[in-house]
Amino acid sequence: MCGIVGLFLKSPCMREALGGMFAPMLIEMTDRGPDSAGVAVYRGGERGRTKITAFHPRSDFDWDSLLGDAESDRGATANVEINGSHAVVTTNSVSIDIGKLEADFPGLQVMSVGQSIEIYKETGLPTEIAEAFKVSEMNGTHAVGHTRMATESAVTTAGSHPFSTGPDFCLVHNGSLSNHNRLRDLLRRRAGIEFKTENDTEVAAAFVSHRLAAGQSLKATLEDCVKELDGFYTFVVGTKNGFAVLRDPFACKPAVLAETSGFVAFASEYRALASLPGINEAEVWEPEPAVVYNWEKAA
Amino acid sequence: MNSLKSNAATIDLCERTLREANFALQASNGSGESGYFKVTNPGGAHAIACGLDAPVDVEIRGHAGYFCAGMNKLARVRVVGNAGQGVAENMMSGLVWVEGDVSQCAGATAHGGLLVVDGNAAARCGISLKGGDIVVKGNVGHMSMFMAQAGRLVVLGDAGDSLGDSIYEARIYVRGQVGTLGSDCLEKPMGAEHLAELGELLDRSGCEKVDAGEFRRFGSARNLYNFKVENLDDY
Repeated sequence: MCGIVGLFLKSPCMREALGGMFAPMLIEMTDRGPDSAGVAVYRGGERGRTKITAFHPRSDFDWDSLLGDAESDRGATANVEINGSHAVVTTNSVSIDIGKLEADFPGLQVMSVGQSIEIYKETGLPTEIAEAFKVSEMNGTHAVGHTRMATESAVTTAGSHPFSTGPDFCLVHNGSLSNHNRLRDLLRRRAGIEFKTENDTEVAAAFVSHRLAAGQSLKATLEDCVKELDGFYTFVVGTKNGFAVLRDPFACKPAVLAETSGFVAFASEYRALASLPGINEAEVWEPEPAVVYNWEKAA
Repeated sequence: MNSLKSNAATIDLCERTLREANFALQASNGSGESGYFKVTNPGGAHAIACGLDAPVDVEIRGHAGYFCAGMNKLARVRVVGNAGQGVAENMMSGLVWVEGDVSQCAGATAHGGLLVVDGNAAARCGISLKGGDIVVKGNVGHMSMFMAQAGRLVVLGDAGDSLGDSIYEARIYVRGQVGTLGSDCLEKPMGAEHLAELGELLDRSGCEKVDAGEFRRFGSARNLYNFKVENLDDY
């Protein structure tokens, strides 16, 4: 069991309230996943500047030491914003090498890279994680979250969700995949993708982001998931402009969607939506199995 | 099912725990004025109004979570909203009426009573039904009535794939389209006795104006009941 939640704001005037609406959703799903929790939030972002969100297990890690790499291009500027055990490095450097960054700073784990995505995830209770990263104070356009009850791999920060395997991309998963070892092997050999964990969800994320990078649409890619992934899943996928939902054809794992004029919200269970403003007037429904649901903000 | 009396006791789930609420509901013997309850702010909580065994009337004003009115006996429970997985699971008798949609496994293993869903039911509606009746005014999802042994499912809308897979002596009536039939499930002719029992179920579900003649009946082909010696090599 795991809990997943997603919130996509249609109305720009609600963006300041994103975290305030989202944090209770995440915390309500504690029963479904008390091992670890994580949030991908999409906020801000300037063209030409990349946000790198990273985690370091040492609380005294000198985050400013990353600025050297982040400013290595001629004229590049960078800044660091620390949030709990994570920090966001924003840079206009075009040649920054994530692999080199992680090699240069042992222990450093890059959680996400993109123009607007930031991922924060940790082991522990969702309420502790929401507090540690001040989730309720976050603004933004959309957010995806996960509370984990581990089945497939170790309870670690790296094994927590969301998984990001491409720019401004993330995926969260409730369920378990049975053909992830074969798929991981295929993606390694044919696409040269490097995996950081033994986790099944990381394989699903890489499967999707690899096809997106090749120019395939999100809808077509998620439809490919139905054909190629074996196992149980409800996925929520975050992209720069929106989010998508997919359930396996057997509908093994729960899912509820709610939509108002102001937002679209997803949760494993309705109770995670019950605190949203205007929920009593929302259209609430269970997404059909093997059907892709996708919302995007106007570019 | 009439709406509740104005003097019904209100249990606000913002103010009382689920356990307190269920204790209060279970403590009533349903007699006189003490048998009417209104549950407010359900907030999708699980197991609301479970294990009732007296003719109490309960109205849940909002969306309920998993296993709402599970194991119900004699009570009449109305949900003014949606209900999550396993609503009226293992119901023995009584009436559970959901005004919205229900998630998967609605009415699973119910031995008796009537579950009415004004909206849609998701996958596996009536799975392993053991004698209860279910009327869904919208659609039902895939694998509905899987291994159902006794009882009836009435669907005014469409039924998803693998309807009635491995069904025993339960009966299914569908007015709309059926995706696919499951193993050993087939369409059967509508006799006078079927029209009569369907009409009676429609009447009890507030569908008096719906014509029983518009439905098709499905049930067991009874080919899976006995071991066939020619299949020996498959084992």
